[in-house]
Amino acid sequence: MSRRVTIAYLLGLALLLAAPMFIYPILVMKVLCFALFACAFNLLLGYTGLLSFGHAVFLGGAAYVTGHALKVWELPTLVGLLAGTVAAAALGWVIGSLAIRRQGIYFAMVTLALAQMVYFLFLQAPFTGGEDGLQGVPRGTLFGLDLSVDINLYYLVLAIFAGSFWLIQRTIHSPFGQILKAIRENEPRAISLGYDVAKYKLLAFVLSAGLAGLAGATKTVVFKFATLTDAHWHTSGEVVLMTLLGGMGTVFGPVVGATVIVTLQNELADKVGSLVTVIMGAIFVICVLAFRRGIVGESLALYRRMIGQKAG
Amino acid sequence: MTEIFGVPIQALFGQLMLGLVNGSFYAVLSLGLAVIFGMLNIINFAHGALYMTGAMLAWIGLEYLGIGYWWMLVLAPICVGLIGIAIERLMLQWLYKLDHLYGLLLTFGLALMIEGLFRDLYGVAGQPYSIPEEFAGAFNLGFMFLPKYRAWIIVASLTVCLATWYVIEKTRLGAYLRAATENPKLTQAFGINVPLMVMLTYGFGVGLAGFAGVLAAPASQVGPLMGSNLIIVVFAVVVIGGMGSILGSVVTGLGLGIIEGMTKVFWPEASATVVFMIMAVVLMFRPAGLFGREK
Repeated sequence: MSRRVTIAYLLGLALLLAAPMFIYPILVMKVLCFALFACAFNLLLGYTGLLSFGHAVFLGGAAYVTGHALKVWELPTLVGLLAGTVAAAALGWVIGSLAIRRQGIYFAMVTLALAQMVYFLFLQAPFTGGEDGLQGVPRGTLFGLDLSVDINLYYLVLAIFAGSFWLIQRTIHSPFGQILKAIRENEPRAISLGYDVAKYKLLAFVLSAGLAGLAGATKTVVFKFATLTDAHWHTSGEVVLMTLLGGMGTVFGPVVGATVIVTLQNELADKVGSLVTVIMGAIFVICVLAFRRGIVGESLALYRRMIGQKAG
Repeated sequence: MTEIFGVPIQALFGQLMLGLVNGSFYAVLSLGLAVIFGMLNIINFAHGALYMTGAMLAWIGLEYLGIGYWWMLVLAPICVGLIGIAIERLMLQWLYKLDHLYGLLLTFGLALMIEGLFRDLYGVAGQPYSIPEEFAGAFNLGFMFLPKYRAWIIVASLTVCLATWYVIEKTRLGAYLRAATENPKLTQAFGINVPLMVMLTYGFGVGLAGFAGVLAAPASQVGPLMGSNLIIVVFAVVVIGGMGSILGSVVTGLGLGIIEGMTKVFWPEASATVVFMIMAVVLMFRPAGLFGREK
């Protein structure tokens, strides 16, 4: 890692450490949860080239499991978070092993359809509370720290985010990550080189689902509830949008995208009402037509062009 | 009263009819998706939203302009088709050289925009649309009552599907279309205006969705959300059937509609998920779909 990148990371971390002094911590925690969700999604779309249209179900599923573990079973917070993550990874294994049987657009349709099926199961299952969702989930304590104090929880959420972000970086730059990129670039060639592509795809899918689940589990602890909205296909679309807007296949893209979208929704919710959906759709259309590298990707391209001009 | 497996025969046939009605919608919608996919290599996520647009146009036509059902059955699909042509010319045509996923993402964005727009204008609640008087009432078949409008939905959908099949498989225009699907460059070299055909194909495909929307208007509540859940089921139908053949889409659509209807009778809790479960099973044993070819 070059020195400049290290400095950028440290700067980002310092900003996040200081953020709750300036911004409402709940909002920052929400951004961090969705940023983690988008990063997990980007691992699949940006680095493996698989467009999953059902990722909300991992977010929502983990949210329910964690909510249930904390509220009904009264487990410690960390165990609850872990339970949600593991459940999402297991669900990811099931959905992933079915979905990787098809490629490209079919993969997207299959994930969407399977996620819709799980959504209906959540709607009917007794432990999710149906339309009402799980409410009043206790935050609990961690090493004697009371997590119902927002600032205490904030640093736990930040630690989870930073740890997961690091894990994703390690994955991308590992030999495993290189093979994922090879699959993205040219799947037949990866097969011809002797890689068991299905196994790699499935592993990437499970990893991505697990991390998306961790995001959902954390979100439940932050907001003290888990609802059907988290598992709805609208949320699956949102995470695609965050990744696309920020820049898919870039390290920071999903973080930027999630920040922009969550802030936008926060600002617009009470001003334009249901037009929010129209605006989200319009951002989608604009991104696809004119802005395919996303904010981070376009900025990097611009930066490289300027450097190139200077050298030339 | 006669019973089969402990279910009154009237309820059984009633659900069978409902299943056929739903299946007709699956058939028309998946047919449109297949036609578009064949030509543009794009999965049209906006299909559900345009189906809803067809239904909303029918309702708006009656509510504000006093245009009746029969006129709207012709006008609304044309309007939706024109919207489709505008979408193709203004946006989709720039994406053909890119990864197919961008087409999916673009049409997803469009679906959100269309749905959000109607929601903003007319609210989430469904509006009633009365059945045209020609089709009020029911046929008495002896063993059951068959509402006339349901019969009409099935007849109209199947006619449209068969007509589409005939045009594509048996006419000169259809031959051009198939040629352009197979090899656009060569077809263009023979002097056929392929971009025009692509444009018309998209317009026609979404026009079918609009037609299905108008058909659905009197059978259910007309509301902005009626398309989005349906389209996900239709995606599953498409995955199950494969998009290789037109008649395959029709058969799969109808068949799944019937299975769904029967599930409502024998195992109501699973009726919302049965199509997805079948999709999972098909993926396990025949990943290319029932009528699909492995590429």
